[in-house]
Amino acid sequence: MTTRLSPPGAGAPPSAATPSAATPPATASGRLPRARLGTVRTVLTIAALTLREASRRRVMLALAVLTVLLLTLSGWGFSRLAAESDSGGLTTGERLLASSEILNLVMFGLSLIAALGTAFLAGPTLAGETESGIALAVLARPIRRSAFLLGKWLGLVAFGSIYTVLAGLAQCVVVKVTADYWPPQPASALALLAAQVVVLLTLALLLSTVVSPMASGVVSVGLFGATWVAGVVGGMGVALHNESMEQVGAVSRIVLPTDGLWRGAMHGFQDPSVLLQLSGGDLAAFPFLSVSSLTGVYLAWSVVWVAIIWALAATSFQRRNL
Amino acid sequence: MTSPTPAAMAATATATDVDEATLRTTARLVEGLQPSPAVWSSGLRKRYGRRTAVEDVSLEVGRGQVVGLLGPNGAGKTSVIKMLLGLVRPDAGEVLLLGRPASDPAARARVGYLPELFRYQPWLSATEVLTLHIRLSGADVTARERQACLALVGLAERAGDRVGGFSKGMQQRLGLAVALIARPELVILDEPTSALDPLGRADVRDIVLDLRSRGVAVLLNSHLIGEVERVCDRVVILDRGRVAAAGTLRELLGQRELRLRLTDVSPAAHRCLTAVGSVERSGDWFTLVLPPDPADPDPDLGTGTGNGSGGAAADVVPGLVAELVGLGTRVHAVEPARISLEERLLGILRAGSADRPEDTR
Repeated sequence: MTTRLSPPGAGAPPSAATPSAATPPATASGRLPRARLGTVRTVLTIAALTLREASRRRVMLALAVLTVLLLTLSGWGFSRLAAESDSGGLTTGERLLASSEILNLVMFGLSLIAALGTAFLAGPTLAGETESGIALAVLARPIRRSAFLLGKWLGLVAFGSIYTVLAGLAQCVVVKVTADYWPPQPASALALLAAQVVVLLTLALLLSTVVSPMASGVVSVGLFGATWVAGVVGGMGVALHNESMEQVGAVSRIVLPTDGLWRGAMHGFQDPSVLLQLSGGDLAAFPFLSVSSLTGVYLAWSVVWVAIIWALAATSFQRRNL
Repeated sequence: MTSPTPAAMAATATATDVDEATLRTTARLVEGLQPSPAVWSSGLRKRYGRRTAVEDVSLEVGRGQVVGLLGPNGAGKTSVIKMLLGLVRPDAGEVLLLGRPASDPAARARVGYLPELFRYQPWLSATEVLTLHIRLSGADVTARERQACLALVGLAERAGDRVGGFSKGMQQRLGLAVALIARPELVILDEPTSALDPLGRADVRDIVLDLRSRGVAVLLNSHLIGEVERVCDRVVILDRGRVAAAGTLRELLGQRELRLRLTDVSPAAHRCLTAVGSVERSGDWFTLVLPPDPADPDPDLGTGTGNGSGGAAADVVPGLVAELVGLGTRVHAVEPARISLEERLLGILRAGSADRPEDTR
């Protein structure tokens, strides 16, 4: 037995919106800023919640321990390099080449830690909450799902970027103290490293709207690794003048901009004299040295890429049945 | 900047007066109107792949009304609730919450919800969970009210403890506090007592009755029929995604019975019995089915009037007994009885199964 109901009282307005003589109904222009204010409040609340989750779930502590371990090891390595150089075993050029390459290697380690940390945080924070039911009570509040997603994304971006910049800066200081080497463009290099993390966590966020939390972390880190390998293959292609191998690197950098941004970051960390010591072809074969800085077009593409992936994530999350 | 001309000022003043007068008249008219229902939905449909979870479900919860949602497992109760709250996208149908389309998130500003799957951020304390929901709802709730809300659900002592250390029952109590915290005008409770002990169930019952006394509408999904029967004004029974029956408890439980133990029943006394309603005899026991009283269409049945002594029975029974005694019948016992909601529910569901054998899983 089913009765189709007739619409509620034609003239009956919602009691919450009942106007009175003392309070005239809000105009469209008056309602809009309030709605925006609500959205901003939602975004900031969820971003702060995400940061608090990272802190309380001991993600920050785990990353801090790993980073200190990496910094200590690299400090010891750089001090050995300096000792070798001082004893006359290395020329100044060789020392700069070694310092640049090892610094890039350690930075790669740091970016890997950041990638793992954020990718495995992005998955559980969205897919985990929808799977466990935590999101049900939150999303039943008067908030838009896109605002909720933006809050999560901003929280993760803040977390990943702050970690990358702080850990990277600490690494630069360690190298300066132990080996007296300071990268030529530390600010832009650290910014590109942070951008690489943002690209990866945006991908993890998209994946977490469609697959399980664990799968989203595994797939995004796997893609990160695959793109890096493809970048190395592309570099070898340049060295060996093999066009097909070069294509592999070029295409992978477009499909997932992590490796392109990483190469831009490396360029900012390494000494410019390194490029003079090695010819272009040989240099390209080194996985931890970069031939050229990033172009504005590539940076713009990275921004567009993040915007597209975020929009896809928002659409997918909006359509999802919880 | 030039000053306005007298004519322009007069025109402005007239316009303002008209606007003011119109506004006041409109406000008076609007205040006289009935508020829109707390929940109004029509023709809701949802399919998951080839399986139909909800088909053409229409329901309404009036302001300050407590409506129970009943049905077997997989009847689509939780799907309907999630569609009302925008958590599941309906394939078809319309929903208004507190008079606003449910597609607008602002419609949920004064809605509290306790999900069937109640989980809250384990890394937050109970107080922090409530603070989060207060912020997201945009309500202006003081710290004292927050504390009072936790005390209401029995969590005052654990306010500062992490939710991760809470038992299931405590998490459900916290969920109840979350549903109540932002001054709701509509509260949707999906199996609110599934993890609670008998004391907790009684607490929930008291909370629902208190909400109703304050004019807050409640949509209650529960497997505990007794719970629904005690607190609900209306009941909607879902079966295989469709509304199998809906109405007030009086409408659903209209049929009532009278059991009498009689001896020396003459044919005249028997005629007297059959004149009132259909009679079944088992030895000395006579079961008389009484019709519902048309003069009492919608009495307040929310207070557990399970004794069957009101309405038709109240008028018919004393007269009948006097007549039987007058005809020389010896009356040993008179027991008013009412069909319980559980019996009615089972009857509806079994009838539904018999009508649609092709639908069986």
